[in-house]
Amino acid sequence: MHELSIAASIVEAVTESAAAYPGARVTKVRLRVGALASIVEDALQFCWDLASEGTPLAGAALVIKMLPVIVHCDACGADFEIEGVQTLRCPRCGQLAAGISQGRELEIESIELEEPEIAEPKMHQAKPVEEQA
Amino acid sequence: MTTRIVELRRGILKKNDELAAGLRLRFTSAGVLVLNLVSSPGTGKTAFLELTLRRLRERLAKAAALVGDLETDNDARRLAASGAPVRQINTHGICHLDAEMVTRHLEGWEEVSLADLDYLFIENVGNLVCPSSYDLGERIRVALLSVTEGEDKPLKYPGLFNSSDAAVITKIDLAAPCGFNRELALRNINEICPGIRIFETSAKTGAGMDEWLAYLAEVARSS
Repeated sequence: MHELSIAASIVEAVTESAAAYPGARVTKVRLRVGALASIVEDALQFCWDLASEGTPLAGAALVIKMLPVIVHCDACGADFEIEGVQTLRCPRCGQLAAGISQGRELEIESIELEEPEIAEPKMHQAKPVEEQA
Repeated sequence: MTTRIVELRRGILKKNDELAAGLRLRFTSAGVLVLNLVSSPGTGKTAFLELTLRRLRERLAKAAALVGDLETDNDARRLAASGAPVRQINTHGICHLDAEMVTRHLEGWEEVSLADLDYLFIENVGNLVCPSSYDLGERIRVALLSVTEGEDKPLKYPGLFNSSDAAVITKIDLAAPCGFNRELALRNINEICPGIRIFETSAKTGAGMDEWLAYLAEVARSS
């Protein structure tokens, strides 16, 4: 059960990145998690609520995209998505794969922020030339 | 209010990965081969490491160990009997070691100078899940599995076995009484990590240790 450590790392990383947008509130955090990353989705959701509580990220939604394992088969010279993680055999020829090209990801893909409306400076409101024509 | 989407594309464990990369650079330039031993509690990591340290000492190789546990320094005391420098890392509840803990415990370790070492073993906290996410800067990650645990462990914990560079089966002296199906175990490990080097060992009889030590020397030479 290291999902709490993982959730705490997400809070730290997102807080750091969101600091570049003062006044904005983080509403969504999107993750990409590989099937071989040893992460239990429900456990991470549960820990996210605990870890973000009392921080500026409290209430932000955690959207977890689970990625299947993709193996590279040398014999077929191609990548194949496999079902589950019980074997790394090529689904086409049945040979054991040379390696994986997806499945170990544990990353923050993007964050969604809500920012207060700021009056745009006048010059930015000028229409581009093509629209005026 | 306006909504803005910011692409981050950063690893969740980026901080750990950066620290681990720094450690790896330190280990490589000091010429020390670092191994991270991972298994469930009770697999026999400590007995296996104890014998490894003794054998290396007989061969005049210089080895040291960092050993992780939630509490107690029992393992450090056991391993220190081999004569090798050993330092305990107590995580106080945390289920894995991370690069920061390793960095911290390398500091002020007076008996050990990385440049003088041939091998540094890091015995992780007994756990087959969480340690697989945390890079410790090791060159070789070793997954251990005992004959008493069941041949399907690799299928149950694919994350660890897939990310390992070597697999060690321990307690093979108990294989017959446990009805251990060797072919099935080897096949399962290979299904999850094709081509991985596998060692079948017993800390009690010393079986398989020569092959294991030859592998260590081979990797150390190629470093």
